[in-house]
Amino acid sequence: MESTMAAIRVVLPYHLRILAKITGEIQLEVQPPVTQHSVLSALEARYPMLRGTVRDHVTHKRRAFIRFYACEQDLSHESPDAPLPEAVATGAEPYLVIGAIAGG
Amino acid sequence: MSSVRVLVGTKKGAFVINGDGARKKWQVSGPHFGGWEIYHLKGSSVDPNRIYASQSSGWFGQVISRSDDGGKTWTTPGSNPEELKTPEGWPKGESNKFVYNTEPPAGKPLTTHQWYDGTQHPWEFKRVWHLEPSLADPDTVYAGVEDAALFRSTDGGKTWQELAGLRGHGTGPKWSPGAGGMGLHTIVFDPTNPKRIYVAISAAGNFRTDDGGATWKAINRGLKSPYLPEMTPEIGFCVHRIAIHPSRPGVLYMQLHQGGGVYRSDNAGDEWHEVNGNLPTDFGFPIDVHAHEPTTIYAVPMDPHLRVPPEGKLRVYRSKAGGNEWEPLTKGLPQENCYINVLRDAMAVDRLDDCGIYFGTTGGQVYCSPDGGNNWSPIVRDLPGVLSVEVQTLA
Repeated sequence: MESTMAAIRVVLPYHLRILAKITGEIQLEVQPPVTQHSVLSALEARYPMLRGTVRDHVTHKRRAFIRFYACEQDLSHESPDAPLPEAVATGAEPYLVIGAIAGG
Repeated sequence: MSSVRVLVGTKKGAFVINGDGARKKWQVSGPHFGGWEIYHLKGSSVDPNRIYASQSSGWFGQVISRSDDGGKTWTTPGSNPEELKTPEGWPKGESNKFVYNTEPPAGKPLTTHQWYDGTQHPWEFKRVWHLEPSLADPDTVYAGVEDAALFRSTDGGKTWQELAGLRGHGTGPKWSPGAGGMGLHTIVFDPTNPKRIYVAISAAGNFRTDDGGATWKAINRGLKSPYLPEMTPEIGFCVHRIAIHPSRPGVLYMQLHQGGGVYRSDNAGDEWHEVNGNLPTDFGFPIDVHAHEPTTIYAVPMDPHLRVPPEGKLRVYRSKAGGNEWEPLTKGLPQENCYINVLRDAMAVDRLDDCGIYFGTTGGQVYCSPDGGNNWSPIVRDLPGVLSVEVQTLA
């Protein structure tokens, strides 16, 4: 049977790559519709040690100094249930999880 | 032959340092969890290969890691995808889930504490300051957290449950943070009584349970603080550290904030008396007890305003009389132009025949004295700022 899962590319910041013991970009199988919520849920299911580090365990609210980018757009303040850009859903562009700069 | 393992938490990762019994040869491993702040890591006295570590980040929050091989490799308990699928189900990734208990009887409703502006503020989890493995079971470990509360795991750090009776203490609404936050930073077990635990909170004070954590008593009588309006309040003290000797668990030593200094209690914290004696200042963070001499204690006085060694001289002070009479220990320590600090969890002792004393500095040095404080030398000099030091004595 043909899979209906979408292959989503995700790039994590350095500290989370260390925590998850991964190198480089990762690819996740995500059940459509492809949203930030579904991508992050797939990320946490495959790498349970990342739970609580990107968004709150209980509320799923984004941590304050985390940002989500894709296709040169800041998606951090978008609804987590809004569809991600087509280029992310097709795997043409990665979904970026960014640790905000500290300033100073 | 015996050896030691020094566990160092720093602002940029953890370091595991293995030393020989003479404490002359050292092998440094790390940084583990590079880039993460390691507030504390500590090994189980039941299974020394079991070590718990608290990783923290302003960006990514709290992570708990565990080693089962003496610090060579680390995992986040219960989060290993390779464990798919266990009898318990899929990995839940809850080893960093610290949720305040809002269930009856002790936790309901979620109470509030005093905020900087005098209003009431809900408890908000920020980080784990201190991990204290059980004296009886390697899978049981306690966590002191900010905002101040005590959590316990009985499954090797996979899940955590709050002992809500502490936060639910009647004085809870009066607890308030200091400039460094409101953290529970000290957990001390009575080795002769598994039901008795001491904790210390900045800036609430000391508390003791005699029923395994269900109910708690504030134990601050006799303490002084010029920063409090009342002469003898029940709570509100900025305790920096408490320590005991296992053979005399009813005798407690404390380093209190400036205006207080070093205190001792001879009755399990019910009454305290000041033992500053000839110390050069009344400020410091750590305090510890010699492994084989229950009345020999160590403190590192700091200038109370600058929080650096007075006169730029790094001096550990030792009292062999449980306080009041102190001698400076300087041999091998910098005696000019030294402006570091030694934080509350950054001092430890080993249990070898000639007791070793260890401390780490905010300048990244870890010093060891293999002879009870008479002579000192650095194990390492240039680590990131040291937040905690623990020592394991290995057979």
